[in-house]
Amino acid sequence: MIHRHDVIIIGAGLAGSRAAVEIGQVADVAVLSKVYPSRSHSGAAQGGIAASLANISKTDRWEFHMFDTVKGSDYLGDQDAIELMVREAPETVIEMEHWGCPFSRTEEGKIAQRKFGGHTLEFGKEPSLRACYSADFTGHVLLHTLHEQCLKHNVNFYSEFQALSLIFRDNRAIGVTAWDMVNGGLHTFYGRAVMFGTGGYGRAFHITSNAHANTGDGLALVTRAGLPLQDLEFVQFHPTGLWKSGILVTEGARGEGGYLVNGEGRRFMEDYAPTLMELAPRDMVSRSMQTEIDEGRGIKGEDYIHIDVSHLGEQKLMERLPQITELAMNFAGVDPRIEPIPIQPTAHYSMGGIPANPNCRVTYNANRDETVGFYAAGECSCISVHGANRLGTNSLLEALLFGRRAGKQIVEDLPHLEFPNLPADYEDEAKGEVEKMFNSTGKEKVGAIRDELQKSMTLDCGVFRTKEQLEKQHTKIEELEDRFKHITIDDKGNRFNTDLLEAIEMKHLLSFSGAIVEGALQREESRGGHSRKDFPKRDDDKFLKHTLAWRKDGKWELTFDKPVVLEGVSHKGFEPMERKY
Amino acid sequence: MAKRTFKIFRFNPETDEKPSYKTYEIDVQPAWTILDVLNEIKWFQDGTLTYRRSCRHGICGSCAMMVNGINNLACELQIATMKKDPIVIDPLPGFEIYKDLAVNMDPFYEALKRVKPWLINNDPAPSRERLQSQEEFALMGNSIACILCAACTSSCPSFWTDGEYLGPAALLKAFRYTFDTRDHGLDQRIEALDNKHGLWRCHKITNCFTACPKNLNPTEAISKLQKRIVEEKL
Repeated sequence: MIHRHDVIIIGAGLAGSRAAVEIGQVADVAVLSKVYPSRSHSGAAQGGIAASLANISKTDRWEFHMFDTVKGSDYLGDQDAIELMVREAPETVIEMEHWGCPFSRTEEGKIAQRKFGGHTLEFGKEPSLRACYSADFTGHVLLHTLHEQCLKHNVNFYSEFQALSLIFRDNRAIGVTAWDMVNGGLHTFYGRAVMFGTGGYGRAFHITSNAHANTGDGLALVTRAGLPLQDLEFVQFHPTGLWKSGILVTEGARGEGGYLVNGEGRRFMEDYAPTLMELAPRDMVSRSMQTEIDEGRGIKGEDYIHIDVSHLGEQKLMERLPQITELAMNFAGVDPRIEPIPIQPTAHYSMGGIPANPNCRVTYNANRDETVGFYAAGECSCISVHGANRLGTNSLLEALLFGRRAGKQIVEDLPHLEFPNLPADYEDEAKGEVEKMFNSTGKEKVGAIRDELQKSMTLDCGVFRTKEQLEKQHTKIEELEDRFKHITIDDKGNRFNTDLLEAIEMKHLLSFSGAIVEGALQREESRGGHSRKDFPKRDDDKFLKHTLAWRKDGKWELTFDKPVVLEGVSHKGFEPMERKY
Repeated sequence: MAKRTFKIFRFNPETDEKPSYKTYEIDVQPAWTILDVLNEIKWFQDGTLTYRRSCRHGICGSCAMMVNGINNLACELQIATMKKDPIVIDPLPGFEIYKDLAVNMDPFYEALKRVKPWLINNDPAPSRERLQSQEEFALMGNSIACILCAACTSSCPSFWTDGEYLGPAALLKAFRYTFDTRDHGLDQRIEALDNKHGLWRCHKITNCFTACPKNLNPTEAISKLQKRIVEEKL
């Protein structure tokens, strides 16, 4: 079946939904989502959304937020995009308040704000209370508020449609094909503009905070259409994942005063970041924790650390951190009101993604030349506001703000975008893929291949990396790609075939995981979330550049010649310097 | 590790004449939840088993189902806390079965839309946030934490007998906006609320309260909303 709409958006998280609200008021927009929209993973974000509202830290302003984001990015972030983000942050958050988002409140009745890692006043002098929050389910209330706005504006949703391929010809995005999960069957969606808000790729890892759905689908589609991916080696490992499951314990727990202790009962962060302690950026805290664990100072010598929030008292925990109190009880069997929570670093956020410019137009080379009719925003994109490491609460901001920018840009561009013609072979790739999955009779099982990919990625492409590990992982992925050709799925029916869905997701994971490993292997330096034990220093001479990765003839081709934007739009920019906290 | 038995509802309308239960014996690892068991079966034993899942930590609301007769989130239910054997897993009652544990939730979402679940306030927006005191914020209670999993609505006998009934989740959403001091939209919602498929269909059976995995209390919210409507009409 063929569906025609002015605009086709893939993904109904914060980025996709925000763009849809903008576009839905003036044009015919369709949003495809692999889950019901309110189940998108933006809803799992807990601690807050950054904006220098200065409701509590009265002297806060966007320049401080810009400095923190640039420094947090280990100088790989593009400073023009960062400046736009931090300057537009207050109006973007206030607009959500006007739409009814239930933020927690200060005593004056303003939006409440709390501390978060790496966010400071006066260029690093002291922590800033910049994270606007709603208890510890900020993403949840933002997502639901936006979804409700979409309902108000009669956005067309295609829920439980799994995207299969991007139709892209002669530098123009035409549409996508997608599988109807409920009834089975291939559908084609095409329009004057296509936007991806497809989320991250945390499910490439075994220990992850991410939902099962976060299989980097948009990235897979883009690379298979012959377009590059950017900076994929930069994966954020969040310090406080619940031990063994990786489920997120918000950084807000540290923002509210929780602290980390090692097996010796000591607050070890004083050795690594004496000024900000537990509120250092995530990459540093994760490395510090992993070092403690690797050197035998984990709890009971095992691979975990404790976060203690018990001293905050029951009232504060129930008011500000109710969700993590419940999570600790349900998933770690501990009561954080009286005992510490066992935690370990967990794959959390994908700094890399689909290269796009601050207007959310997807670009295709080191010169930042633009594709036509193709937009990306949120975690799937790499507009590179996070560079090599994202600060907490900048992700909700990025998704919402660039979703908004994408929506406005598409509305502006629509008069110049005609409906494209569907090429004759518009569904061939997707059709072939699904038929192959239905008909294949090999001995391999998707579950086993996924398990091996995830475990080996966590082991050999994790917090710390070495050449030896990465080469091993390179070989592992080639082996898994080969074995995937011989899978069989049990479910051959059309109706709600989640066996097929998982095979598609697995194929997507394998479509880009190699680029994470290749980037990590070829980037012989340590910067932000990418830490090479054999190259422990940042190397600005060689690597103050974005990685671009193309899949060609079954191999990855990488370049390191896309310059980082070191000036803001109006601000002169921040020179790279050593990163200490 | 302990061996546990699971009796799981199976029905594929494409191929099966009627539903049946299939029994699985699973080696349950410590700290496993019902969702872990379903994944173990699907990934390593029987790929045809069908259910929804995503976040696996109780915030997305995808995996609501009935376990041992009570609606709950599969991802939050620890096996170790469950004494009954076998453990019986059914789809959410009151909805059409798509396949196995996945049901058609369209009626649920449609009911939600009928209460106009968005802030209604036509005053010009100020340049900054609208002020709301902490006490005013508290009027919404924890209704803002609802994840739309449908465990409540699907547990409600009034919903089972009246498919047009808004149900506890949609009414909780109506409560959330009506008791938001920034909202002025009660007159636009009253038509959907003040009729026999709305507020007055609730008979205070409180199944919704028992079923809610987030410990929310739709029954109480409905009572407050009923009182508010009566006051509004006086």
